[in-house]
Formats: sequence, C-alpha cells, structure tokens
Amino acid sequence: MKPMSSVVRTITKLLLGPIFLFGAYIILHGHLTPGGGFQGGAIIATVMTLVLIAFGTRVWKKNILSFIESTGLLAFVGLGFLGLGSGFFLFNFLAGSDSLFFGKVIEPVTGEFAGWPANSAPLLSGGTVPLLNLFVGMEVVAALTLIIITMGLFAFDGKEGE
Amino acid sequence: MTFYNHLIEQAPAMVVAIPLLFAFATPLLFKFSAKFGKFWALLGVFATTVLMYVLAWDVLSEGGDVVNTYIFGAENTQLPLPGDNVVRISFAVDGMSAFMGLIMVTVSLAAIIYSISFVKKYTGNAKFFALMLLVLAANIGMVFTGDLFNLFVWFEVSSIALCGLTVFRSERGEAFEGAAKYLIYSTIAGLILLFSVGLLYGQYGHLNIKFLSEAIGGNAELLMVDKVALGLMMTVFALKAGAVPMHMATPDAYSEAPAPVTAIFVTASQAGLYAMFRMVFTLYGSNIHLTIDLLHAAGWIVIILGVVSMFVGVTMALVQKDIKRLMAYHAISQTGYMLLGVGVGMAVYATGGFDEFGRTAMTGGIFHIFNHAMYKGLLFLTAGAIIYKAGTRDLNKMGGLGRDMKLTALFFIIGALAISGIPPMNGFASKFLIYESVFKFNPIIGAIAMLVSLLTLASFVKVFYSAFMGPRMKEMARGEVPAPMLMGMAVLAGIILVFSMAPSLVVRSLVDPAVNALTGDGGTTSTSLTLFTGHGAWNAVVFMGAMISATIIAVMIRSFFGKKGMTPREEGKKPYLFGNPTEIDGRPIVVPGSNLYWGFTKALDRYYKPVEKFHSGIINEYVFWFVSTLVLVLLVMLAWVR
Repeated sequence: MKPMSSVVRTITKLLLGPIFLFGAYIILHGHLTPGGGFQGGAIIATVMTLVLIAFGTRVWKKNILSFIESTGLLAFVGLGFLGLGSGFFLFNFLAGSDSLFFGKVIEPVTGEFAGWPANSAPLLSGGTVPLLNLFVGMEVVAALTLIIITMGLFAFDGKEGE
Repeated sequence: MTFYNHLIEQAPAMVVAIPLLFAFATPLLFKFSAKFGKFWALLGVFATTVLMYVLAWDVLSEGGDVVNTYIFGAENTQLPLPGDNVVRISFAVDGMSAFMGLIMVTVSLAAIIYSISFVKKYTGNAKFFALMLLVLAANIGMVFTGDLFNLFVWFEVSSIALCGLTVFRSERGEAFEGAAKYLIYSTIAGLILLFSVGLLYGQYGHLNIKFLSEAIGGNAELLMVDKVALGLMMTVFALKAGAVPMHMATPDAYSEAPAPVTAIFVTASQAGLYAMFRMVFTLYGSNIHLTIDLLHAAGWIVIILGVVSMFVGVTMALVQKDIKRLMAYHAISQTGYMLLGVGVGMAVYATGGFDEFGRTAMTGGIFHIFNHAMYKGLLFLTAGAIIYKAGTRDLNKMGGLGRDMKLTALFFIIGALAISGIPPMNGFASKFLIYESVFKFNPIIGAIAMLVSLLTLASFVKVFYSAFMGPRMKEMARGEVPAPMLMGMAVLAGIILVFSMAPSLVVRSLVDPAVNALTGDGGTTSTSLTLFTGHGAWNAVVFMGAMISATIIAVMIRSFFGKKGMTPREEGKKPYLFGNPTEIDGRPIVVPGSNLYWGFTKALDRYYKPVEKFHSGIINEYVFWFVSTLVLVLLVMLAWVR
C-alpha cells in the first residue's frame, strides 16, 4: 500500500493523539466505567489502521506486533497463575493489600483506608482488574492491527509488510 | 497427601490454564528456536495430559456423580447462593466431564506428537502449535464449564481456532473454502446458542447450570421458553457434532485441515455431543415429572438425527474418492451411533424401558464416543501418513504403499476393524451394546445400525485396497513415515488394542461414572471380563481364544490335507488382480478405488442422485438446511410436548 496524500497524512497526525488518548482512557478506566481492555484496544487499533492507510503498510512491523500480542496474553494468564499463590486461579490477590497502587482505596485527604472500591472509586483501585484490562488492551491492539495488515496485503499487492 | 489434595482442588482450572499458558508462550519461543518451541508445545500437552489423568482418576473413582466445582477468583470452591448477586465463572467436573476430558487430552497428545514431523515442511509452525493447544484448552473448557454463557464462549473459541487451523495450508484455495463454510456455520450456530442462553437468562436470571436446572424443575408447568431454548440448543449442538441435515461444512473442513487437526476436529465435534447430552439430562432433568414428555420428544429427535446421520454418512462415504473426505463422512456416520444410543436412553428416561434397555443403550452410546475418538483419530492420522508419502488424497492415484509402510498399514487395519465393528475390536463392544438395546427399542432401527456397519467395512476395504495394495506407483515416495508420526499413531492404536481386550473394565471404570453423572441412575457393570447387556454377553478374551484355536485347526487341516508342492513365497511376488497380468506394456494395471462398488452405487442411482444434489457446495443452501431443521425441531417441541 502506498502512502496517501499530504492532506490525509496531516489530518492523521492531528487525530492520532486524541484517539489514542481516548482509547487509553477506556482501557485504564475499565474497572470503573463501561468499557475495558477489548473496547479501548479496538479504539487504539483504529489509530493504528488510520496510520496504516495514511502512511502505508510498512509503518508497523508484524514481528513486533505479534510479540506484543503474545506478551499481553502471556501476562494475562501469568497473572491468573499468580493468583494461585493466595488461593485460586485469577484470584484478585492485590485487592486490599498495601503492596501496589491497585490495592486499598485510600482517602485522598486523610490517607486512611476507605473501604473496598466501588463504582466511583479512584483510578488506582481494583486490585488485578486494571492490570488484566491493560494486558487485554495490548493483545487487542496488536491482534486487530495484524488482522488489518493481513487484509490489506490481500487487498493490495501481497508483497509489502514484512 | 496434602499436596495431592491441593492438586485435585486446583486441577479443573489448571487443565485449561496450562494449555493456554503454553499456547501463548509458543509463538514467543518459536522466535528463538523452532526446536525449543516444538518441545515447549509437547511439554504443554504432556503436562495437561498428566494432570487430566490425575483429575479423572480422582473423579471417576468416586463414582462420577460427585461434582468437583471450581469458582474462578473466589476464596473457596463453594458456589455462591442464587441470591448472593455474585457473578462468577465456574467449572463443574463430574464423571461425564472427566470422561470427555480424557478423550480430549489423549487425542491431542497423539496429534501433537504426530505434528512434530508432519508440519515440518510448512511455514507458520508457531501459530500451528499455539492453535492446537488453544483448541485443546477450548475443548476442555467446553466440557468442564458450569455456566451456560461460558459454554458459548468456549464453543466460539474452539470454532474459531479450528478455522484458523483449517486454513493452515493456505496455498490451497479449497482450504479457505472449507474454513469459510465452517466459520459461517459455527458462527450462526453460536449466535443461536447465545440467543437461547439469553432466553433462559431472561426468564430465570441465572446462567449457572445448577441454579437454572433447579429453577426449571421448580416450575408448576413447562414454560414455552423452556421448550424453545432446549430445541434451539439441541439443534446447535447437533450442528457442532455434525448430524446429517447440518453436516455440510464438516466434510469440507475435515478434508482440507491437516491430518492431526482433523483428529482434534473429531474431539471438538464430540464436545458438541457432550453439551447436547448435558443440556437435556442435567439442565432439564432435575424434575423428571415435569419434563418427561419433553425428554421423550428430544429423544426421538435425537434418534431420527442419529439414524439419518448413520445412513446418509455411510452411503456418501462409499462413493468418495478423496481419502480424507471419505473418512469425514464416516465420522458423520459414527456420530449417528452415539446419537442413536443416547437418544434411546433419552426417549425412555425415567420410564420402565430405561432399566430394561435404555441404560444399556446410553452406555453403548457414550462408550462409542470414546472408541470413536480413538479409532477415528487413528484413521485420520494414518490418512495423513498416506498423504505424506503419496502426495495426493485421490484414492485412484495411489497404490502399493503397504510395501514400504508396513506399520502404517497395521495401524490402518486396527482402526478400520474398530470402526467397522468387527469383533474383537473395541468398536464392536460399544456397537454390540447399541445393537442389542436398540433392537429391543425398535427392531427396524437396530437393523439399520447393523447395515451401516457393513457398509462401513466395505468402504474401508476400498481404502485399504487402493492405498496399500496393488503395484507401487512410480511417483510415490519410498520408505516409512518419520518416527514421531508413528509414535502418535501408536499411542491411539495401543489404547484401542487394550480397550478391545477388556471392554467391561472400561465400561465399569470410565463409562458407568459418566452415565451416572448424566442420569443419576447409580447402576454399575459387573466386575468380570464379560460385558452383559441383559440379553447377550460379549467377552473379547474368549472370542480371541476361539479365533486362535480355529486358526490353528485350519492351519493343521491345511498342512495335513493341503496340496503339496506349493511354493508359498513365489505367489506373493506379484499382486493378484482378478487373475490378470499386473502390467501391460510396462504400465501397471489397477482397478481405481472409486470403481470398486460401481454396481452397488449404480443400482442405487435413484437414491444417490437427489442426495448428491443435496450436497450442492453452496453455503447459502447449507444455512437454509440448518434453519429448516431448527424450525422442524421447534415445531415438534411446541406441538408434541403438552
């Protein structure tokens, strides 16, 4: 696929940041608001596709993308296995602990423990759930981009990309 | 001891999580070294197999109706109560699940060992092994799941991963066609499954099978939603299993997928069978006074699907000339036996007939699931070996492979005898249970079941004749297939031989817990080596003894009264082909495999013409057949059941 005109490329550069930010927001707030890893990942994948169309299929390296995909999946399952240490597969072992940002909900002013995370909890809560969302997001971004690249190769010349 | 308890406690999740972990790491490791990646995949399937065997041993030795539950991310294994407002993913492992899990891991182990050298010459090995492990995880998940939504999720994972594997040989356009047909079929089926799960969730507010089953049983009368949901789910799982009006994508996908993938395909379709039986017996069986008519209707639907599958499958197989396609139609035909056996059990469930012959029929049907996975897996693997050496799938173009591939020929004979139900193979033991009980239920159906076995034998004679006998073809590669391929086949062949000799022990330790888990019946088989059906008995050891002594007597008669002066080694040099010379002008004469039963198929022209038109190859028509079956099943459910 050849790069498109400079109009398209300029608009793409302008849109790239906001869409990426929106996708990242959906992923990181997955445990608080509707959305999550898959939805946010799909949004970020649209940025990747936009870049692909504007700048050509050589922009993204397939090797790196498939590496990210595998790593995301592996980290997800690995986190599930870590839960075994405190009981069961996928056990939320970070919830309510002091060890990481994702543990207890801390009252912003007094710094005291403010109970279990609810729907309106701060961003840094939820134990392993935000991490799982992040890994799903990685996987979805990489996998959807790979699918688009493969389809693009079929649609156009079948030689570029590697 | 405490380690063992921990192991058993965690095993249900680990059996799914370990193949997932290994599957996702496989592509990464292949980037460093292909050899290490393959070793890693093999290690993954081996670890899963060992763990599954330990778990199955634990579950089956308790008699099968004790449910081993696993709640993901919870603090204990107890299921939250319906009012707790907690949504949890749960696994529930009882005798039937453990039985199916054993099948999945055994066939996957053989298939992955086999793949190590089978896919060596292709690119994309990393994805191949990752997807193989993913299918294994999905199949086990489908038989372990304790809630309906995850049944749908695993159904989709299994279908999509199998689609990816079907297009493995992406240089062939046909591979894409087969995968696309399977994808469209399974996606439509998956959506209808989701719809029926939604119906039940909307009515009862539960997804967990246990809670739902209690809620359905607690009703004063059967609701329309119950009937519609059961009808939809049964049709969907019949499609996954490949029952006849909805089998159209199966031969295309089976024949295009690489051989080890096809072996796994068989287990995936059996997960569909499992899900169907689980829905009927567990979801609708908690209050049998309420649902007895529904189960009767469901049983008859399953019996009719089974008989049609058996007959159409085997007759279509007889006229195929593509070896994998022929075997794919046999897979459909054998699925018919399982549907028939369990269908008879369903139709007479909780009536007097169940104790008399229904349980025997169900035992036979479920035993046949195991046997079928083993011998069909073996046959697909031998087909892969034949294609590996012959370089073609066309039966008319191959020949003489038995001269080099003696072990493969032996494995093929074992598989072919087992699938045709020839005593003393294990296929006979399960078919024996089905024949005896189904004959009691309805003699005509029993007779059809025997006829189908006969035709099965006929078509495997054709394959054996075409592939292994006759003169060597010039363009075929020489020598036996590589050792890993032989090992993969030997695993399955060994299991078939062991199970053939002691069918009653297998029924007692594996099949009875599975049947009890479904029906809650509590019956067992006797501890002796003889398999009793209530009307007859089968003992493989006695049969073997009789056969060996008869052979010895025949040999003695021959050596005493036979004509002297024969030179036994001389006549074996040239293949005997209807008394003709084997070569004319230096070119070998072979009767093409597809002409062997010319007279038979010609005589049945009036049957074959419409049936071949029915297999048009157009996916739109195939979807139409699926939807019509769905409508028919729903009509029966709504009109027949009060």
